[in-house]
Amino acid sequence: MKPRRIAWGVEFLSHAIAVAAVAFALYPVLWVVSLALNPAGTPAPRAAPWPEVLSLVNFRAVVSSSNSAGEWLFGRQLLNSVLVSSATAAVSVLIATPAAYALARFRFVGERTAMKALLATQMFPGVATAVPLYVMLDTLKLLDTRAGLVLVYATTALPFALFQLRGAFEAIPRDLEEAAMVDGATRWQAFVLVVLPAARPAIAVTCLFAFMAAWNEFILAATFLSRESAFTLPVALQRYVGEYDAAWGRFAAGAILVSVPVMAIFYAVQRHLVGGLTAGSVKG
Amino acid sequence: MRHRGVGLWVALSALLLVLGLAGAAEGQSLTLWHAYREAEQRALQGALDRWQAAHPSVRLNVLAVPFEAYGAKLEAAIPRGNGPDVFIDAHERLASYRSRQLVVPVVEARAEALSAAIDHFDETALRAFTAPEGLFAWPLSVKCVALYLNPRFWPAGRDPASLEAVEALQGTLSRGTYALVYEAGSAYFHAPMLHAFGGAFLSDDGRYTFDGAAAEASVARVRQLLAAGVVPEEAGGALVSQLFASGRASAAISGPWLAAELGDRVAYRVVPLPRVLSTGRVMAPFATVEGAMVSARARETMLARDLAAYLASPEAAVLRARVGRQVVATRAAWEQAPELAADPILSTFRRAAALARPMPGHPNMRAAWEPARQALQKALRGDRGVGDALREGHHRFDDVTRPLPARRSPTLYLLGLGVFALGLALRAVQRAREAPFRAALRRSWPAYRWVAHAVLIVTALVIAPLVLGATTSLYATREGTSYFVGLANYVDILRARGGPLLASGSFYRVLLVTLLWTAANLSLHLGLGVVLALVLSRPMMRLRALYRVLLIVPWAVPSYVTALAWKGMFHRQFGAINAALSALGVEPVSWFARFSTAFAANVATNVWLGFPFMMVVTIGALAAIPRDLYEAASVDGATPWQQFWQITVPLLRPSLGPSVAMGAVWTFNQFNVVFLVSGGEPDGETDILVSEAYRWAFTRQAQYGYAAAYAVLIFALLGLVNVWQGRARGDR
Repeated sequence: MKPRRIAWGVEFLSHAIAVAAVAFALYPVLWVVSLALNPAGTPAPRAAPWPEVLSLVNFRAVVSSSNSAGEWLFGRQLLNSVLVSSATAAVSVLIATPAAYALARFRFVGERTAMKALLATQMFPGVATAVPLYVMLDTLKLLDTRAGLVLVYATTALPFALFQLRGAFEAIPRDLEEAAMVDGATRWQAFVLVVLPAARPAIAVTCLFAFMAAWNEFILAATFLSRESAFTLPVALQRYVGEYDAAWGRFAAGAILVSVPVMAIFYAVQRHLVGGLTAGSVKG
Repeated sequence: MRHRGVGLWVALSALLLVLGLAGAAEGQSLTLWHAYREAEQRALQGALDRWQAAHPSVRLNVLAVPFEAYGAKLEAAIPRGNGPDVFIDAHERLASYRSRQLVVPVVEARAEALSAAIDHFDETALRAFTAPEGLFAWPLSVKCVALYLNPRFWPAGRDPASLEAVEALQGTLSRGTYALVYEAGSAYFHAPMLHAFGGAFLSDDGRYTFDGAAAEASVARVRQLLAAGVVPEEAGGALVSQLFASGRASAAISGPWLAAELGDRVAYRVVPLPRVLSTGRVMAPFATVEGAMVSARARETMLARDLAAYLASPEAAVLRARVGRQVVATRAAWEQAPELAADPILSTFRRAAALARPMPGHPNMRAAWEPARQALQKALRGDRGVGDALREGHHRFDDVTRPLPARRSPTLYLLGLGVFALGLALRAVQRAREAPFRAALRRSWPAYRWVAHAVLIVTALVIAPLVLGATTSLYATREGTSYFVGLANYVDILRARGGPLLASGSFYRVLLVTLLWTAANLSLHLGLGVVLALVLSRPMMRLRALYRVLLIVPWAVPSYVTALAWKGMFHRQFGAINAALSALGVEPVSWFARFSTAFAANVATNVWLGFPFMMVVTIGALAAIPRDLYEAASVDGATPWQQFWQITVPLLRPSLGPSVAMGAVWTFNQFNVVFLVSGGEPDGETDILVSEAYRWAFTRQAQYGYAAAYAVLIFALLGLVNVWQGRARGDR
């Protein structure tokens, strides 16, 4: 009966490791949830990650936040976040799609240099480009606007979309479009009518990831935005626990409101992520 | 045209880019910036509404700018003409604004209004804004700290006469109750003590003076108070208000904001700070005078001056005092509204302000805060002698304010660049004459039509800012001045600014920390990821899908939320981790007071953030290993352990390679975690290269050139490693 025992031991050990890892993974999340549900402004030190009292005060305070002019700030900021993130996704995928297709299908002079240059840009720390970008937006009078933020986010979303989509197009067999071109379709027609429909899932995934990245970004947004009504949600959120405030409950409530939609998106598309990521990009 | 579709595509993208562009409105308009929140913001808005009612034709734009970025935003926006016309700011920034010509006087030196103004405002407030050219702001309010007393310990009429009297009370208090709470580790709150010992942070001519006998004596006194348990260790603003509000502190040093927070929940009264008996001097706090200034780029200077003057008028001042609870500097307001003078809080803070010392207006004060705070905290922690710690602060101050390198002529560099460009052009011409290359170019033509728009946009949005950023590294920049210095920034950084190579804050030391950081994170990511992947890939594993879904939660949460949440968990007083430790009977740990624990906190956060990625990648790689390899091995009698080392590891290595390489770059430049969790504490020792670069650019007098040189060095390091790695793999 010895092998049986060993098998049980391995089984037990495996589950022990998995459960410990799950505890490690979920503890901070539960802690944030319990903070959010705690009505006290500054939390009492507690190790248990479940709330003692259940209250939606923090959520109500975050959602109903408004400025002195009576504008509904949370609504404005939510709208900003949604618009900026969708525009970033749309713009970068629109620009990247034909180029990524060409990178996947054509061999041309300068292709390798271009790919290497693009990869290299991902190693340059964003800190140093923040100042030139600021000057650029300023010249275009786009500081404090959604369009300006879309431009800034496109600088990281575009290379990401190029890498991700190039991989996707490479995975589509050439025979499909070659058959169409034998039947008399132009390259463009073959691309639009044959390749694009086949790549639709990959394009959707790329869009969603660009959306998520923009939705989650805050350092650049905090640098380029100064009007409260122009803020995206992460900037608004960070101010709850800034240097002069420690409204942890509100921060936690806001964090949950901001995270839930992206977490839903993430779970919908996470299985498609790994390939594109290892293909080369995404700044930390 | 075969490629008409591409053109359409580009047009559509361009349209989307332009969408959302707002047109600027013309006509008489004024923009005002302020950093007020809550009650003060409501009071200001009330005053502005009244002014607007009297000037209905003017379009008044009011912008509440976050306090954290206020000064930097003003300095960036005004010279470019999109700043405010009128703005509210503290007096200590005035010298810097004046030297950069961002402000104009609200009253010229010789104007009659100036002599009239003298009678209308409190003297300290007025002096803070007076310069040879005239009065540079209408003083609005004065802020300083005072002593809050809990009447349970200090019955009415028995105010503590001295610091020693407060200290003596500790003997009568139970454990966990403090005689005095204040943020002992903050330079701002240490100022009263320093002044009582006859010291100062800065001399009148801008020299750093937070070392020497008086400074050491003041710090030693605070160490005594901490050691005796009179004052709590490592208190932040939140702890101060919590202890005082819950009756666990007999007195607190804080500003008017504490009164706003306490409201009517708690009984308290306020008195000016007491005397220190041993020196006989009063604990004079710093006073900050806020005033309404007029931008040098204001389009309607007269109108802007009128608005600024109105905000300081008795009418507006009464409103600001009543609604915003400000200690207003307008004398008439106190006479017109007797209830203000009768208000115990407002009148006490007014008395305290009269005893306070205006914050030094010298621009060097801004460079002094960070080193002073770090030196103070180091000295209070006692891991070094007080004198040593304070001298080190002086060093840091000298580092930040060191003289900029000499101006160089760019001719030689331009010449070099010209020769290089010429060489490239010659090579291009040479290649263009080779027949095979021309054929290849001709074949490439169709592809270019597909990528042209992307190349243009990537060049404009990604490459151009990067090249511009890299070019800045050849310039010396500080607080708006900027000139060409060639490679001087690099020389300075690589020589560790002339100090010992491993001095704290030197390039090499930060590089070592960065390498340690990368190695620690990568090995933990990889170790944890591979173990979990092996566990979840076992064919017999039950609940596998559920585990996988739960284990990738950290990946799904936005990383700044993660970082801030972990910072909260490591909080000394409120954090879950210390709560767990004390439940186990272990003393709470000050996580960010020592390098080892602060570094561990950062690593824990980043491991949490990054292990799911490695796990998912490894699960994918494991699935790609053919099962029959294992079967064949067990037929040959290999133990599972041998199978792991002989089959799994060698086959995992190539497929994990790219992910590990990417994880390395990612971790090397992981700004969010370091910046938000430890924030470089203690003393910038846990800063990695990127966050160090960020500090030079944004918190140390805007030395963009220096920061850019750091960024280029990071880029070069990663590039070198990448090339070397490519060589090692035999380059594809």
